[in-house]
Amino acid sequence: MKFVWFATALFLAGPALAQDANALRARSLAAACAQCHGTDGRAPPGSAMVTLAGMPAAYLAEQLKAFKAGTRPGTVMPQLAKGYSDAQIAQLAAYLAQPATGGKP
Amino acid sequence: MKRRDLLKLAGATTGLGTLSLAGCAMNAIGAPDSARVLVVGGGYGGATAAKYVRLLSQYKIDVVLVEPEAAFVSCPLSNLVLGGYRAITDITRAYDTLGTAHGVRVVRDMVASIDPVKRVAVLASGGTIRYDKLVLSPGIELMFDRVAGLQAASRQGRILQAWKAGPETLALRRQLEAMPDGGTFAIAIPEAPYRCPPGPYERASVIAGYFKTAKPKSKVLILDANEDVTSKGALFKKVWAESYKGIIEYRPQHKATAVDAATNTVKFEIQDDVRADVLNVLPPMRAGAIALRTGLANANARWCEVDFLNFESTAARHLHVIGDSIQIATLMPKSGHMANSQAKVAAAAIVAELNGWEIDPAPMLTNTCYSFVDAQRAMHVASVHAYLPSEKTFKPVAGAGGLSSAPNELEAALAFSWARSIWADTLG
Repeated sequence: MKFVWFATALFLAGPALAQDANALRARSLAAACAQCHGTDGRAPPGSAMVTLAGMPAAYLAEQLKAFKAGTRPGTVMPQLAKGYSDAQIAQLAAYLAQPATGGKP
Repeated sequence: MKRRDLLKLAGATTGLGTLSLAGCAMNAIGAPDSARVLVVGGGYGGATAAKYVRLLSQYKIDVVLVEPEAAFVSCPLSNLVLGGYRAITDITRAYDTLGTAHGVRVVRDMVASIDPVKRVAVLASGGTIRYDKLVLSPGIELMFDRVAGLQAASRQGRILQAWKAGPETLALRRQLEAMPDGGTFAIAIPEAPYRCPPGPYERASVIAGYFKTAKPKSKVLILDANEDVTSKGALFKKVWAESYKGIIEYRPQHKATAVDAATNTVKFEIQDDVRADVLNVLPPMRAGAIALRTGLANANARWCEVDFLNFESTAARHLHVIGDSIQIATLMPKSGHMANSQAKVAAAAIVAELNGWEIDPAPMLTNTCYSFVDAQRAMHVASVHAYLPSEKTFKPVAGAGGLSSAPNELEAALAFSWARSIWADTLG
């Protein structure tokens, strides 16, 4: 039943929901940064990791590409950055520049 | 189907007291007609899945997390408690924030059985919970029957595992403290795969670090069923040679088959018996008991095969298995960080599916795992895993990932920051 219902919703509001599906992918891709940098890029108190949330997307992408190219040194980041394509880096950077605000359930 | 009726209640015992408020809570938490995801197990995998289904659905999907323990005790960093460098309270976190900040309903109970056809879980206390999607993250079960005498020795508190952080961690620490100087601590490691590949070698190292300052005549014996050190091998061996010469002895190809608690002796398939003052015998491991009872452990009757695109069990629809209990893909470690990563991929797939959207066809996983070698120094291994649609599995991305060049103090500080971050990401 559920899928029929959602399929109808998708039909009625196609573009908005397609955008939501893309937003979901971007947010879950960026969730791979959260184990160290905090949920949605907000490092928790007591963690020395850099808060990425709200940094300019161009700056984030540039740093990730520098880690990937080996021109910026580091411990874990040069190794992880090499696992992502430039398109994925652009997606990550765009999300972390303006992450979800969290809100209340 | 009436979704508002999904949560069936029987009786009003402790755990169910919370659930019996469901009618009201559902209005407060989300739309009453929302789908329900049931998460079984509140470790790194399950707690992350519960939080991220809420986050990624923008709080529209109802989430119930069933976990028997009152608090989360981290296995990563628990070897520092054995070394005397951290207290158990330092690695313990509450589950409260999952409820207060994210609207996850945390139920302190055990899931006794799951009916994947009717999509109903029965709690040990007798209640039932219906679900649209279930995420099972049961962790590991120790196969005591593979080492004769170990179950009894474990029950007597004589030979401990401390492979699930908690009271056993403290009990093993007490045994180490009580051991006279000049004694021997021996750890027996099962054949891979097991939970936390570098964990036993880290444990041996930090205990050697403790002995070096507190009981300098004591020794650490590593009795490994494997051919060689299974993770960070070159790094560990260098540390043992440079920092723990004369303290740590590594013996590969030692597969434990039996223990004698009366004499504190381990017997092996081939090699000679070993007696030690403090024994830590890790038996082979398999998926948590509930996975076996539900018929999900379809890989050698030990691990749960999943469709790696969304971590759905290959044995049951709408039932996703994550964490240490799955049959791993190539070079995918059974670690807390990996369980957290898998939880996010599963959560995103579930949210997509419940919305009628296409599941992300190319999800990614990362792993970063720090190991301490003493109170001050740590080192890491990191990897990135990409889903390959053509092969329907995750593979490490070539050229990515790697190891530390050597353990150092900077990485120890990073390890503590990693812990604070991942605990908050998982539970807060």
